[in-house]
Amino acid sequence: MASTAVPGRLTWRLAEVVATADETPAVRTLRLQVPGWPGHRPGQHLDVRLTAPDGYRAQRSYSIATPADRERLDIAVERLDDGEVSPYLNGELRVGDQIELRGPIGGYFVWDPSHGGPVLLIGGGSGVVPLMAMARARARVASTVPMRWLSSSRTLADVVYRAELEQLAAAHDSFELFQTLTRDAPEDWAGHRGRIDERLLAEVAGPADAARQTFVCGPTSFVEGVATNLVGLGHPPTTIKTERFGATGAP
Amino acid sequence: MSFISRGFRGRRSRQPGAGLIPPGQHLVDGFPVLSAGPTPETALEDWDFTVVDETGATAARWTWEEFRALPSETPTVDIHCVTSWSKLDTSWEGVSVDTLLEDVETSAEYVLAFSDGDYTTNLPLEDVIDGRAWVAWGYDGDDLEPEHGGPARLLVPHLYFWKSAKWVRGLRLLDEDEPGFWEGLGYHNYGDPWRQQRYQGD
Repeated sequence: MASTAVPGRLTWRLAEVVATADETPAVRTLRLQVPGWPGHRPGQHLDVRLTAPDGYRAQRSYSIATPADRERLDIAVERLDDGEVSPYLNGELRVGDQIELRGPIGGYFVWDPSHGGPVLLIGGGSGVVPLMAMARARARVASTVPMRWLSSSRTLADVVYRAELEQLAAAHDSFELFQTLTRDAPEDWAGHRGRIDERLLAEVAGPADAARQTFVCGPTSFVEGVATNLVGLGHPPTTIKTERFGATGAP
Repeated sequence: MSFISRGFRGRRSRQPGAGLIPPGQHLVDGFPVLSAGPTPETALEDWDFTVVDETGATAARWTWEEFRALPSETPTVDIHCVTSWSKLDTSWEGVSVDTLLEDVETSAEYVLAFSDGDYTTNLPLEDVIDGRAWVAWGYDGDDLEPEHGGPARLLVPHLYFWKSAKWVRGLRLLDEDEPGFWEGLGYHNYGDPWRQQRYQGD
């Protein structure tokens, strides 16, 4: 496995919230202005640190949703009702507020157009966030690297980045969009229904291709299932990179 | 730094055992999974555990059957992941690294644990001996699940949990330190949670 060092020390920086946007009822984008941000690669994440008046601190990791753009970046935060940090970031925090963060972190789950393809991106729920940074990086330089996107959401209202994904699919011949809804799908829904299973993966991923780079991100059970099925379909394990999140899951 | 997050209070008072976790960590009830690729599948009849000494020679080797016949211990320990979750009083069963190195002659000062799926992690040798590390095959009274590193994982609870390599297949003894997988990707070389050594330079 190739490794690329993150240069230097990761210092805490004070970022300002310059815009917010609700992507779904549970997921909010925070657009941040980060003075001194060193740049990042699509797929990397950052740590956010919150400090209470008495000095108590909490920190969490969030994926970056945008390719490097000087001192601007977006993160997307899914609100977990029993969470400590996410209800603050996706609730209390307003435009003009500041938060401390540092990064970029992680140099393995990354892709940019210079890495070539074909690329297969598979996301569950808000696991699409780091994948979106890759899709946006590709679109920004009008890359023609073949990219397939497969995402799973509970309902249509829970699809993160839905409008932008449809635009990407319409604008680029080599960007192909596959979506499935696991709970409720409208009658006129043209996408897939149900969870991402071996049959859907076989259809979207096609035969094993040693040149393809696959990125899978989502809750643990989602990533486990998808990665195991891909390996079962003959995809070499070394071509599959995974990122998992969620503080749940049976031990 | 004197920065205060406007409107943030946190909920440490609701966390039992909050004084037992390192700074910047929070407790979880579940057992999160983090790994860089698919969960490897190695049949137990193909599994072995080897110790390679600093000359590159195989100094010890056990098949699964032989490994499971070694004396085991049942450590109950707190674990701390660099992604900021901690879990208290986790109970494991496994073989002490002291047992694995018992008959190995070495003057090495470092060790590189290696795993199925090409994962590696580096540690000072002194951090895996004297009862500080195990190769664990049981968790909470059951076999260790593959997604948590089964059939066996390294367990080094006093360091961030990425040092507790899943799917571990052996230890390579080294005279010179050599960064492992995450250590080569910007994570801290040592990873002491009580000193918040998450990333390079921390």
